[in-house]
Amino acid sequence: MNNSQSSRHRRVGDSPVVKWLLTGLAITVATALLIVPLLVIFYEALGAGWGTLADNLLDQYTLHAIGLTLFVAALTVPLNLVFGTALAWLVTRFRFPGRKLLITLIDIPFAVSPVVAGLLYLLLYGRNGWIGGWLAGHDVQLMFSWPGIVMVTVFVTCPFVARELIPLMQQQGSEEEEAGVVLGASGWRIFRTITLPNIKWALIYGVVLTNARAVGEFGAVSVVSGNIRGQTNTLPLHVELLYQDYNIVGAFTSASLLAGIAVFTLAVKGFVEWRQARTLNRLQTEEIAQ
Amino acid sequence: MTITVDGISKRFGKFQALDNVSLDIPEGKLTALLGPSGSGKTTLLRIIAGLESADNGQIAFSGQDVTNLHVRDRNIGFVFQHYALFRHMTVAENIAFGLNALPRKQRPPKAKIQKRVSELLEMIQLPHLAQRFPAQLSGGQKQRVALARSIATRPKVLLLDEPFGALDAKVRKDLRRWLRNLHDEFHFTSLFVTHDQEEALELSDQVVVMSQGHVEQVNEPTELYARPDSRFVFDFLGQVNVLSGEVKHGTLSQGNAWVTVPGIQHQGDAQLYLRPHEVRLATAPSPRANLPLRIEAVSLIGSEVRVELRPEGWESEGSDNIWEVGISHAEFNQQRPVRGDLRYAVPEVGHLFTGTGARPATVGWAEAEQTPNIRLIN
Amino acid sequence: MSTAHQASAAPQQRWPRIGNRSKRVLPGFGLSLGISLLFISLILMLPLTGLVMEVSAMSFDQFWFVITDPRVVASYKVTGFAALTASLFNGIAGLLLAWVLVRYEFPGKRLIDAVIDLPFALPTAVAGIVLATLFAENGWYGQWLSKLGIEVAFTPVGIVVAMAFTSLPFVVRTVQPVLEELAPEDEEAAVSMGASDGLVFRRVIFPALWPALLTGVALSFTRSLGEFGAVIFIAGNMPYVSEVTSLMIFIRLQEYDYAAASAIASVILLVSLVMLFAITLWQARYLKRVEGR
Repeated sequence: MNNSQSSRHRRVGDSPVVKWLLTGLAITVATALLIVPLLVIFYEALGAGWGTLADNLLDQYTLHAIGLTLFVAALTVPLNLVFGTALAWLVTRFRFPGRKLLITLIDIPFAVSPVVAGLLYLLLYGRNGWIGGWLAGHDVQLMFSWPGIVMVTVFVTCPFVARELIPLMQQQGSEEEEAGVVLGASGWRIFRTITLPNIKWALIYGVVLTNARAVGEFGAVSVVSGNIRGQTNTLPLHVELLYQDYNIVGAFTSASLLAGIAVFTLAVKGFVEWRQARTLNRLQTEEIAQ
Repeated sequence: MTITVDGISKRFGKFQALDNVSLDIPEGKLTALLGPSGSGKTTLLRIIAGLESADNGQIAFSGQDVTNLHVRDRNIGFVFQHYALFRHMTVAENIAFGLNALPRKQRPPKAKIQKRVSELLEMIQLPHLAQRFPAQLSGGQKQRVALARSIATRPKVLLLDEPFGALDAKVRKDLRRWLRNLHDEFHFTSLFVTHDQEEALELSDQVVVMSQGHVEQVNEPTELYARPDSRFVFDFLGQVNVLSGEVKHGTLSQGNAWVTVPGIQHQGDAQLYLRPHEVRLATAPSPRANLPLRIEAVSLIGSEVRVELRPEGWESEGSDNIWEVGISHAEFNQQRPVRGDLRYAVPEVGHLFTGTGARPATVGWAEAEQTPNIRLIN
Repeated sequence: MSTAHQASAAPQQRWPRIGNRSKRVLPGFGLSLGISLLFISLILMLPLTGLVMEVSAMSFDQFWFVITDPRVVASYKVTGFAALTASLFNGIAGLLLAWVLVRYEFPGKRLIDAVIDLPFALPTAVAGIVLATLFAENGWYGQWLSKLGIEVAFTPVGIVVAMAFTSLPFVVRTVQPVLEELAPEDEEAAVSMGASDGLVFRRVIFPALWPALLTGVALSFTRSLGEFGAVIFIAGNMPYVSEVTSLMIFIRLQEYDYAAASAIASVILLVSLVMLFAITLWQARYLKRVEGR
């Protein structure tokens, strides 16, 4: 009786030996590749005690790097939020020629090396570029300064919100919005009262993921920033500088801040998925009850 | 409010969904758009609603052209096939949505909206579920909420897309009756899409039969059933028995089967269509027909007994070479038909199709025969 | 009655097409199209034209000379080989993780499921210094591996490790949903006919799985080709031995040789874009085949 489940569904890999062997192997891989590295970041940051950790955190260059990084994220996230939502609305609510191409184009930042991304912006907006040259004539400098950092960060993180929303909105379909139109609601009202509550959680995760990547972008930013300590040094670049100065504890202190954001991101993702699974379960049990 | 559909065409890529369709939908009546899937009925409904735009043609409400009027401004009620209830709003919020969406000047005060919502909840008999969410309702309850939501702003036209499609048989019947009562009470011009002929015949004042983007026939349910215009309508509205053959000197024959067709001048290929209730079963050929059939199955279906028979020495056209005849329980008790018995079909009224596209000629035997037919069997 | 009506309306063209006909029911088409196109042109397409212009200003000989420089060619080989190795490793490890997460219950399952996405959320520079520390000769992993005679840090093996880390989630997250969708009946049918587990896996499960697995491996490979942050900390960056192509671009930029940087970038950009479009097309075809069945 107690193994009724396994006798009901006899599936491949159910034998205890295979099961424990594979599970053990998977846990080992996940621990060695993912969990230990995550813990090591915090371990190394605390390697010289809490006092050093505090000193490292309150170092003026570190504080400046934190400030700049937050500033860049604060500009990047809203921009990509608007863009990602608009694009998801466009490709899931309308049929038009070029729709599939748009969905593919949005993946380009995923495929492009971050160094290449930085280079693209440097070529266009740098002193020798055809826009940057004109701007330089008007005393505007974008590259090796914060606007350049924001621009490449927007490039690198622009797919995330759209990528989270598109599958969900496709699956939900547009009947509810159509019902809203039939009932006379304006466009803004439809979006605010019908669409937004339905996509809220995916949107939140998209924003958190965008934020994590915006805060942590390294390759593209290092091309366009010029790494000037206390001026154009973001937190990931600061990690690199400290590491190359053999200030390992300092490097890991800054790294632990970034890792904290990553852990927060994973927690939000877990929460959103848990909520979705719960809603799904509730719907299913109710259907069975009826 | 009358609805006039004039010359509407719609194409999706290579697929011609609607081909120059024209229709009049009378005020205050409940009209059914009936057809198989792909016949264009849902597309037509969505074009009338303004959810889809036609490639050609015009839609008018009470003579006023609304073709280019946005769906938002057409003031229609629309019930979606899968209800499309707002999943994160309660039942009450769903129903109030249309009222809250009215422009500020026309919007009733909050208390009035609340009153209207409770009226509607009363009407759909769900006042106790006002604070539930759609996911917590059964299919039939969802359907009622969708209806209440669609009529909250008192539209003149109510459009329903397969309103009972996703419900099980029992709920379906209850809701049908309920919708009929609702319609009789409020008298909007209602139009609903269905692929279920029984539903269309039972519920509506007028049925529009559609096929492949065309209107096949428009008529009252009883008339439609009794006098179909085409083979398609005949086939679509229930079971039909067909004898396909050649008419010569007033007799249609195929193999060893024949039927006299009094009053028909046509010579050549023709098909005789007979409804199950338009045929009697006898144990011997009659002067009007020789249609030998062997009984395949006898089944008691509610108030009627259905006998399935296979032609003997000739062939029927269509479904599995089977004829279906309905007899009453009294006849059943008298005749005791058993599988394997040989019987002769005696037509009472028939519909003869000659050539393509032409309407059928009604064939009646009673007047043509001098002697009243022998009702004695056994 | 309607047929007559229809016939009378047929020859007339009283209502010609009006421009407003193709209006859309849902609001916001113009707005969302405007925002999307503006963004995609400014953020994505315009910078790409900058690269095209820079490269087209070079003569073909110049271009060819730059991209076939022996040191650069060595970097192609290192990058390609390391990316291939890393993505194949991920194919196996990812399949294992996905399988275990879908099929078995065990303590800590939720934690492992959550931590799979760590490489996506963790900044690459942080990943780089952690891996470099772990695999350094005196690091937690490095000291054991060096006893076995395996050196990871400052060798091409280190590049593979970094690439494998940053692209591990791709395989897990593409294979996982497919595994979840597999119908137990298929397996039961095969098992009930007396097939061994190994045979059922090869004949029933793997054929359903491999398109997703291949997609995951291809995504992992594409991502690895461009990986920079995690790699440079652990690779040692020795010319001809452990320099990746992204780093070559970076070095050319630091030499202010924008033309050479652009030429090399155009090569790896082209490869990435071809990979991306190939994956998209292949996925579309595969989906069509599966759903069309």
